[in-house]
Amino acid sequence: MEDRTVLEMRNIHKSFPGVRALQAVDFTLCEGEIHALMGENGAGKSTLIKVLTGVYGKDEGKIFLKGDEKEAVIHSPQDAQKLGISTVYQEITLCPNLTVAENMFIGRTKGPFTKWGQMNKEADKILQSLDIPARATQQLSSCSIAIQQMVAIARAVDMECKVLILDEPTSSLDEQEVQKLFGLMRDLKAKGVGIIFVTHFLEQVYEVCDKITVLRDGKLVGEYEIKDLPRVKLVAKMLGKELDDMADIRGEQDTYDAKGAAPVFEAEGLESDAGIQPFNFHINKGEVNGFVGLLGSGRSESVRAIFGADHVLAGKVKMNGKEIKISKPLDAMKNGIAYLPEDRKADGIVGDLSVRENIILAAQVLKGFFKPFSRAEAEKFADEYIKLLDIKTASADTPIKSLSGGNQQKVILARCLLAHPEYLILDEPTRGIDIGTKVDIQKLVLKLASEGMSVTFISSETDEMLRTCSRLIVMRDRKMVGELTSEDLTQSKIMSTIAGGDKE
Amino acid sequence: MKSPKKSKGITNSNLLLIITIVVFFAMYIGAMIFQGKGFLKPQTFLNILNANAALIITSCGMSIVMITGGIDISVGGVAALVSMCCAVYLDFHDGNVFGAVLIALGIGLAFGLVQGFLVAYLGIQPFIVSLAGMFFARGMTTIVNTNPFNVANEAFVALKNTRVVVPGLGVVNKIGKYVDAYVEIGVVVALLLVVILFCVLRWTKPGRNFYAVGGNQQSALMLGINVKRTKFLAHLLCGLLAGIGGFVYFMHVGSGSASHASGMEMNAIASSIIGGTMLTGGVGNIIGTLFGVLSLSTIQNIVSSAGLDQAWWTGITVAAMLCLFLVIQSVIMNRKKKIKRIK
Amino acid sequence: MENKAVKNTGKSRDWGKLFGKQIFIPIAALLLLAIFNLVTDPSFYKITLGFNSAGNPVLSGYLVTILDYGSELAILAIGMTLVTAASGGQDISVGATIAIAGSVILRILCGTNSRPDTLQAPIIVAFLVACVAAMLCGAFNGILVAYFKIQPMVATLILFTAGRSIAAWINNNELPIISDPTFSYFGGFIPGIPIPMPFFIAVACMIVIALVLKFTNLRLYIQSVGINESSARLNGLNPAFIKFLTFVILGLCVAVAGLIKVSRLSSINYSVIAKDIEMDAILAVALGGNALSGGKFNMTASILGAYVIQFLTTTLYKFNVQSDALSAYKAVVVIALVVFSAPIVREKMSALGKKIKGQSHAKGVA
Repeated sequence: MEDRTVLEMRNIHKSFPGVRALQAVDFTLCEGEIHALMGENGAGKSTLIKVLTGVYGKDEGKIFLKGDEKEAVIHSPQDAQKLGISTVYQEITLCPNLTVAENMFIGRTKGPFTKWGQMNKEADKILQSLDIPARATQQLSSCSIAIQQMVAIARAVDMECKVLILDEPTSSLDEQEVQKLFGLMRDLKAKGVGIIFVTHFLEQVYEVCDKITVLRDGKLVGEYEIKDLPRVKLVAKMLGKELDDMADIRGEQDTYDAKGAAPVFEAEGLESDAGIQPFNFHINKGEVNGFVGLLGSGRSESVRAIFGADHVLAGKVKMNGKEIKISKPLDAMKNGIAYLPEDRKADGIVGDLSVRENIILAAQVLKGFFKPFSRAEAEKFADEYIKLLDIKTASADTPIKSLSGGNQQKVILARCLLAHPEYLILDEPTRGIDIGTKVDIQKLVLKLASEGMSVTFISSETDEMLRTCSRLIVMRDRKMVGELTSEDLTQSKIMSTIAGGDKE
Repeated sequence: MKSPKKSKGITNSNLLLIITIVVFFAMYIGAMIFQGKGFLKPQTFLNILNANAALIITSCGMSIVMITGGIDISVGGVAALVSMCCAVYLDFHDGNVFGAVLIALGIGLAFGLVQGFLVAYLGIQPFIVSLAGMFFARGMTTIVNTNPFNVANEAFVALKNTRVVVPGLGVVNKIGKYVDAYVEIGVVVALLLVVILFCVLRWTKPGRNFYAVGGNQQSALMLGINVKRTKFLAHLLCGLLAGIGGFVYFMHVGSGSASHASGMEMNAIASSIIGGTMLTGGVGNIIGTLFGVLSLSTIQNIVSSAGLDQAWWTGITVAAMLCLFLVIQSVIMNRKKKIKRIK
Repeated sequence: MENKAVKNTGKSRDWGKLFGKQIFIPIAALLLLAIFNLVTDPSFYKITLGFNSAGNPVLSGYLVTILDYGSELAILAIGMTLVTAASGGQDISVGATIAIAGSVILRILCGTNSRPDTLQAPIIVAFLVACVAAMLCGAFNGILVAYFKIQPMVATLILFTAGRSIAAWINNNELPIISDPTFSYFGGFIPGIPIPMPFFIAVACMIVIALVLKFTNLRLYIQSVGINESSARLNGLNPAFIKFLTFVILGLCVAVAGLIKVSRLSSINYSVIAKDIEMDAILAVALGGNALSGGKFNMTASILGAYVIQFLTTTLYKFNVQSDALSAYKAVVVIALVVFSAPIVREKMSALGKKIKGQSHAKGVA
């Protein structure tokens, strides 16, 4: 073990009911090092960080900190703070209604009184030394998000931390702001602080980091020096495909013939308030296409804009050649579009309602307020889809929240199908569900397409996309950066397009 | 590098405070010009203070709870209960004034304690808890004594009639006699409390914690603040202030009755909101609350001296003002959200 | 032996099923009150047929009183349940809006004269105007809640304060008295029928809401919005409008309750009419086992809850508790209810229950 190590995590295990979130993960951080922690969604990054900061307890494993032979005991965020582990989260965890200085000092000063003069002076000193363009007396909410993020870092730094964790701090920053943040990180690095940097932006990793640790499915893939791991290799590690065996696995089913088919849905210059660049898009009858890109690349935001789930700012959309207006989800539904949202729990299920009510919900809304399905009809629909999709539930009356994730997803899928859409959007339908169900859903998508339905399929797992889609739209940094069809549909091509920049 | 954002942009809290103070002065000066006479006399202003000392105190408590993001609608009920218990104690049990003060504080603390516990540690909605608290207090008042009565206890009456002369504001009346301007003891207590609470909120740790918890509960937790204890403390303080306010009210009216302080919770909430306290928490200022009370009572005075003497006008004006300020707040909040989204 | 054991477990499962049902709570409360009254004074249940001053047959007795005076509460509970389910908050202005609705009815019936010998307008017209007025009040609350996103209880606080004043203003603070006997039918008895009329009105309202819930998607929409607003929106619903709608429906319920209230007196007392009824209505919803934070609702349980509250009120009256003091007792019931339904308390209790079960299991094994 080197002397410069500030943090060592050994053989960390953590399970949640039904999920093994972390299995035998090791992680080592040195002084003056910026260490990227990479992995796709569900890889276990945030779990690892939450174990480190005491939000979760670990099932097994040991954590050592510099200068202490004994295991570090971390039971709460406060414990972690005392041991010199500071965290800056993606969402700002400061109080917008207080001043900058107060946000830096509240909750950690001694004595019953707030000494404003002294506090402001100290805050200004820190802000200056870190070159943060904010005044101590400014109200936090009047600062830009980047500055707020930096104030959070300043607070962390001032607590004399040895380890600084930055959990996706850049997701809401623009280029200039990111550069400012990076400058700050380099300064801290020079001062000997070990920084753990979690991000989805590959370019940023290669800009500031020294080392990369990759996790996948709760397991450690490896730790690499940045110079030893070119982008494409990194993407391959994250997605779980070695470059060598990235043979084309497609070709089992007939390639979709784009010629002759009429476009079902077209969009031109579509832009929403969720921060995606305006994009053009179309899908033909019976086609399956998909958006690929890493998490946060804007793939979900694109389909949300199509469905009218986010506030649409600009753009023209056509359905079967006729121009339509989609300003809210109901408009899209009436035009034959159905959407399965990415976040099943927050946007999909209506937890306390029964499986049957969840299945008929969309169709019922379309049918109209004064025309409820009769009990018999509803039961028939529910039974039909429970059988069709093989939904495992005690009965149609069971509340959906007591079903497993995969079965909940099937119920939502049934809801979409019962609305008999022409165009079906599936955003991460296979996330967090068992393999069997994943395969079922992919088969179903292909079957629906062969029956003439158009489907947009989004998944974090590229091989799923390759198996189902005949055309892939590649997203990076909230922009559409490419479109891949026929012979380009290979793992390696996708990865190089996602990685971008051809800087290998 | 971008230069420091020298935004002299008015923050929400300042904006709301300024609106309140402007509204108050505009109203008072307007009243002086158009209704003359009464409003020109300093004593008229002092009488507004005399009549509303209790409201100032309870509104301060309300503001503190609202700053932490909660609400307490039991304050009027508590004030009524305090006045009745003190009256019964003084007259039927021949008690002394000091004991009555202790009773008032005890009742206030008890309500604050129970409500604070239910809200902070059991996570029950503050509105439901304090709604029950209000009904409980009103019911208990009737149980303690059904009929209203005036207190005859000598020491108390002496206290009630004590006038604190305000030098320099006296005027010469029609028959040429100089009349001192005065305030009641309650006003002194109220203003003292305003100053103390202002300092507490501004310069002490618990005071700042109220703001942090109201600003963002989750963040406050991450920043190392004991959120539950902070909320508990806010309700406790509000209960205590309702007790003190109840006693000051009792000193002003000198009687016990179940219908005392009716609608006081409403006036307190309205004063806080008019004074720039955000319903959503995190924003508020005791000075603003003081001006909120003054604005509210001035408009009531104007309404009644304009000949719209019927009782219902008071209720309607209070509600209208509350509605107006609520909508202003909502608009400010929504506008801010929209700006953020576009960013 | 074995047989017996099997039977026992079967029985306990049935009990568990009943215990788990939402409607169990108001039924249990009703039984508790019923038994309490039976033990203390069985004459509570005596019903006598007599004649009132007009010579019409009327039933009297505590049970009739409960059915009679519980009517307004049951009607309000219907609307309050919907508002609670959709918005996760309660409307505390119902008492004040009843005053407004009642005042409007009297104003229309009396015209400019506060002591008319004949009605100045048909009762149905007055009632319809009151419906419009009350629904406007509901719409006002609904707009503040749904579109300005103000917490329901604070938004309704406005009318809670101003309502009674507005009611007084509508009639110039006079106290109109209606001498026409037909007007008193709605809050009293129709000649020849010994059962109080409010009961029939309440039943009519229940039938209407039952039909609405059966032949429209109101239940599905409201529950979806109350449980998961974001999901409801993605399925084509307009959550803001549905919340708004529930407040308007509550306004309609308020108008009906207002008609009964003013009909009982053939007059109005602005500061006393329907006093504290908001508390009772909220209590009815809570007693019906509906979560005050919104979501799924059980209308039958709420209505039953309303009658249980009236049962409690009548019982307390029988023990000479003053009407002003009633609220103290009810407040205690509310607090007990919310404390027991608080998630934290439930968790602790279920943990405790498991512990006890575990112990008894361990003992059984040993």
